Amino acid sequence: MSFQPVLLWSDLLIWLLVAGAVALGVLSARNPPLRAAWARVGRSRPGMAAATVLLAFLAVGLLDSLHYRPALPGGEGGRTVYSVEVLSALDALLTPLRTRNEKTYSAPLATRAHAREAIEVRAPDGSVRQVRDYPRLRHGGAHLGDEAARDADVAARLLRACALAAGLWLALTAAVAARRAARDGRGFAAAWRGLWRDGEGFAWNAVLGALAALLLLACALAALVPEYHVFGTDKVGQDVLYQVLKSVRTALVIGLVTTLVMLPLAVLLGIVAGYFRGWADDAIQYLYTTLNSIPGVLLIAAAVLMMQVVIDTHPQWFATAAERADLRLLALCLILGMTSWTGLCRLLRGEALKLRELEYIQAAQAFGVSDLAIIGRHLLPNLMHIVIIALVMDFSSLVLAEAVLSYVGIGVDPTMISFGTMINNARMELAREPVVWWSLAAAFFFMFALVLAANLLADAVRDAFDPRMTGAAS
Amino acid sequence: MNRDDPLLSVRDLRMGFADGRRVLAAVEGVGFDLAAGETLALLGESGCGKSATALSLLRLLPAAGRILGGEVRFAGRDLLSLPESEMRAVRGGGMAMIFQEPATSLNPVLTVGRQIGEVLERHAGLTGEGARARALALLADVGIADPARRLDEYPFQLSGGMKQRVMIAMALAGNPRLLVADEPTTALDVTIQAQILELLGRLQAERGMGILLITHDLGVVARMATRVGVMYAGELVEEAPRAAFFAAPRHPYTQKLFAALPDLARRGGRLETIPGQVPPLAAMPSGCRFAARCPHAWQRCRDEAPAWHAPAPGHRVRCHLLETPGGSVAAGTSVGASAVTGVPDAASVAHAAEAAPLLAVTDLRVHFPLRRGLLQRTVGHVKAVDGVSLTLARGRTLALVGESGCGKTTVGKAILQLVAPTGGSVRLDGCQLVGLGRQALRPLRRQMQMVFQDPFASLNPRMTVGEIIGEGMAAFAVARPAGERAAAIAALLAQVGLDAAAAGRYPHEFSGGQRQRIAIARALAVQPGLIVCDEPTSALDVSVQAQILNLLGTLQAELGLAYLFITHNFAVVEYLAHEVAVMYLGRIVERGNVAEVLRTPRHPYTQALLSAVPSPRPDARPMQQDFVRLPGETPSPANPPAGCHFHPRCPRASEACRQRYPDVTALSPTHAVSCHLYNDGA
Repeated sequence: MSFQPVLLWSDLLIWLLVAGAVALGVLSARNPPLRAAWARVGRSRPGMAAATVLLAFLAVGLLDSLHYRPALPGGEGGRTVYSVEVLSALDALLTPLRTRNEKTYSAPLATRAHAREAIEVRAPDGSVRQVRDYPRLRHGGAHLGDEAARDADVAARLLRACALAAGLWLALTAAVAARRAARDGRGFAAAWRGLWRDGEGFAWNAVLGALAALLLLACALAALVPEYHVFGTDKVGQDVLYQVLKSVRTALVIGLVTTLVMLPLAVLLGIVAGYFRGWADDAIQYLYTTLNSIPGVLLIAAAVLMMQVVIDTHPQWFATAAERADLRLLALCLILGMTSWTGLCRLLRGEALKLRELEYIQAAQAFGVSDLAIIGRHLLPNLMHIVIIALVMDFSSLVLAEAVLSYVGIGVDPTMISFGTMINNARMELAREPVVWWSLAAAFFFMFALVLAANLLADAVRDAFDPRMTGAAS
Repeated sequence: MNRDDPLLSVRDLRMGFADGRRVLAAVEGVGFDLAAGETLALLGESGCGKSATALSLLRLLPAAGRILGGEVRFAGRDLLSLPESEMRAVRGGGMAMIFQEPATSLNPVLTVGRQIGEVLERHAGLTGEGARARALALLADVGIADPARRLDEYPFQLSGGMKQRVMIAMALAGNPRLLVADEPTTALDVTIQAQILELLGRLQAERGMGILLITHDLGVVARMATRVGVMYAGELVEEAPRAAFFAAPRHPYTQKLFAALPDLARRGGRLETIPGQVPPLAAMPSGCRFAARCPHAWQRCRDEAPAWHAPAPGHRVRCHLLETPGGSVAAGTSVGASAVTGVPDAASVAHAAEAAPLLAVTDLRVHFPLRRGLLQRTVGHVKAVDGVSLTLARGRTLALVGESGCGKTTVGKAILQLVAPTGGSVRLDGCQLVGLGRQALRPLRRQMQMVFQDPFASLNPRMTVGEIIGEGMAAFAVARPAGERAAAIAALLAQVGLDAAAAGRYPHEFSGGQRQRIAIARALAVQPGLIVCDEPTSALDVSVQAQILNLLGTLQAELGLAYLFITHNFAVVEYLAHEVAVMYLGRIVERGNVAEVLRTPRHPYTQALLSAVPSPRPDARPMQQDFVRLPGETPSPANPPAGCHFHPRCPRASEACRQRYPDVTALSPTHAVSCHLYNDGA
């Protein structure tokens, strides 16, 4: 076998989350009210456009969660030897991006480096002269004979990409229309027109619109990537596009796994405190007030440093550097989760305090329904909208927290690429003259798209699952 | 302005609410005149556009509200064409408004003096000492004792009735010529309501103000109005002087409203109900808006909107029936007709006394500890319920009456063991409930259920109606197989008058009355013997209340249910209850049969309560000559007065009342009262 699959702990959690999402989907499909609620999500145009964008991010993140160790060429004695470098499916796809490094900074689509340096130029007479100039890049635009032809080349590639994107999109749309035509038993033209009409049914127009934008972007990137550094290169000459794509997984892990840690704590403790009151309430309030009164960064720094010592003193635990970085990422999630549940817990406690006095809860108590059933059937569903809103808010703030922690030096492993490390690096880059803006711009743009899409989808989900909102709309 | 001109003249006022690109008309062609010193009552059920009309007059519409046309002339000026800057002088200065909920109409972080001062500064240009003196005079004017102290207090330090008085003082600060009162007493207890209504009447007489009174309560109308306008679905459908209105209402809707009122005369019979609901704004019928619910409607009513007809001077009605003279349905036909069965005969009373009671409560006490300080030490107790005893037999209704804060709801919850009693005993069918553990209590819970006050808060919005009704069945494993349970739910829905398809829908799709039916079905699902009804109709309109009362009556006759009916509404008590217990500050002060307590009340508190209830039939019951006006308000149960709790407000209190709490005196086998007045003779 030419590679050895590697299952990192974070991979396991991510795929478990995917399995959970699939299970939830199957459950929802069987339950008519839930199915109706999801159908309402499907009718929301911003929600569906956001879901399309999120799915693209998710695809990148999932591809990046299939890890393996490639076999080294020429294993000794018939035994294959595997590289110590752990790669992912995404790395394999992006091999040219990953391997074609420049020396240092270069601007997007540049053919020459960003900074002048002393280069030796061989004069026509054979003498070697030292000049200070912008050196040619090793890979960026290397195929061009004449650098002046760059703009024309880029334009031609973009044009081809647009044509390809249009073709792909038309084919996709036609396939959707054909399926709908077959399902509803009407003509293809009618189905095609139906896709663009608002109103009843799935918001295909939003999905197809978002897809058009995504395809355009993807095709343009694909056309330019082989010969150019589309978003430039960073200090050590690594392609920024590659870094951004790798950062997506880190952001998703930080956002999702931390939530996974935080959610049970916040929901359980919040509801227990609000519903049972008494000494449980006192204890939980004491716990979160104490936790909250310790500065968060301090607490996280202490925990991270402790964990780092443990990791550093036990090198035998890790076969590869990737495993070490991964464990550190998970530990960071755990620590972030342990410190960030208090806000949501406080909110949920307050809401539970309010809800427990409501008459439908008392009616259930009058039936002798057990507390667990009351919490599950009456409290939790009526708290869900708060949970969803808090989750999305936290998702963005967690991605940002990661950046802050990396800035202080207690974030993810330095070898791990993340939006945080990119933004951290930008600190120095922005102070340079001329300014290196592209790292920050690329990280900002992708992070913004990710967080905005998550926000929009969460809005649509919350509206669809709130029966009062649907009542107001109809 | 001509002397003959009315103070306020509204012509063809139309307003609506923007909904996307459409504007849905909520008020259509409303017109009336109001002279100085006159009270016009706008009467109607919720959603009829009464408040929207009032807010349009002041141009204080919500964000989506739009005035679509018409004319509002106030003191000779057209308000709808005034610029906003001049309109601000009219609001408060010419026309002032008081709102329904005094608790939310005052700013909690400003003192009373500041809030009144704000109005004085704007409309009278008074500041500093002058403003303070004027504010003091105003507070004294609205009957607040010790106004100098109250001026520097915050709203939370005032009771509900005092807050409403402060609201009135603020409204009067601009010296308005017209007072718009939007349900000014709906949130208040009857004795406080009586005080506020009396205050409004006195202020009107002193200042010659016009009052536009918006209310749904026919009793308040009877007490206050000089003229009455009835609104239905955004239209004025009838306008008449008070006497004519109460003697001979002409519009079928008005007649139905009267017929839906519960009282003693209708006891045992069924109340008239108005089928259907007020049409939604988006689907107003083109003809008469009441046609779909009107028993006299014919084709023309559905096609053509009726014009105004005047059966008598000053009396006008928007109904096709009035076109031919004498064509109206004779008013009052239904009033006497249903009073057939009358009060329960002596035999059934005797029978009830013999039968073993289903529920026997003795000396029930619920005390809530008051905790203070760092260590949460108990420093006292709120004695919400302090020694209540009552019995209730199968098939009977016991009404527990009292003002808010007297502990009547806590009694209901303590009987159901939703609140743990501090002491006493509750026996249900001979089984002692107090002190039982959760597990031991569970099977007994099937015997007793509760119907709550607010149908909007008592149903989980995220469960379908079927799930809500099925919850109790699941808890007690009634009708276990899924098919059987679905059939049982359908049967229950049919029993409370709902369609079986309702099981798959969510509560928000139903109106208030329908929700209350669902809540009743939920209670019935486990086949209880006792249902505690906690003000089940107080959040509902009169016509819907009639439907629910009818349903409760039918269910009692069919299933032999016992009701513990917690209420403050004496009309409902008269109509429904067999026995009455009156509560004051956690104790029962008087109890007996309906006839005994309501016809010959003995306790001064009961007498005061009864005389404070405004009667919706000024002719049926002679205006109480011996109107007992209760001073002050209910004291806090954390710190009840020594001796008889009622003595600080009692007009007949003696030295003995201040010394000790009176014992129970039996006046007849069923009638008992706790008052020193009757102690010696017994």
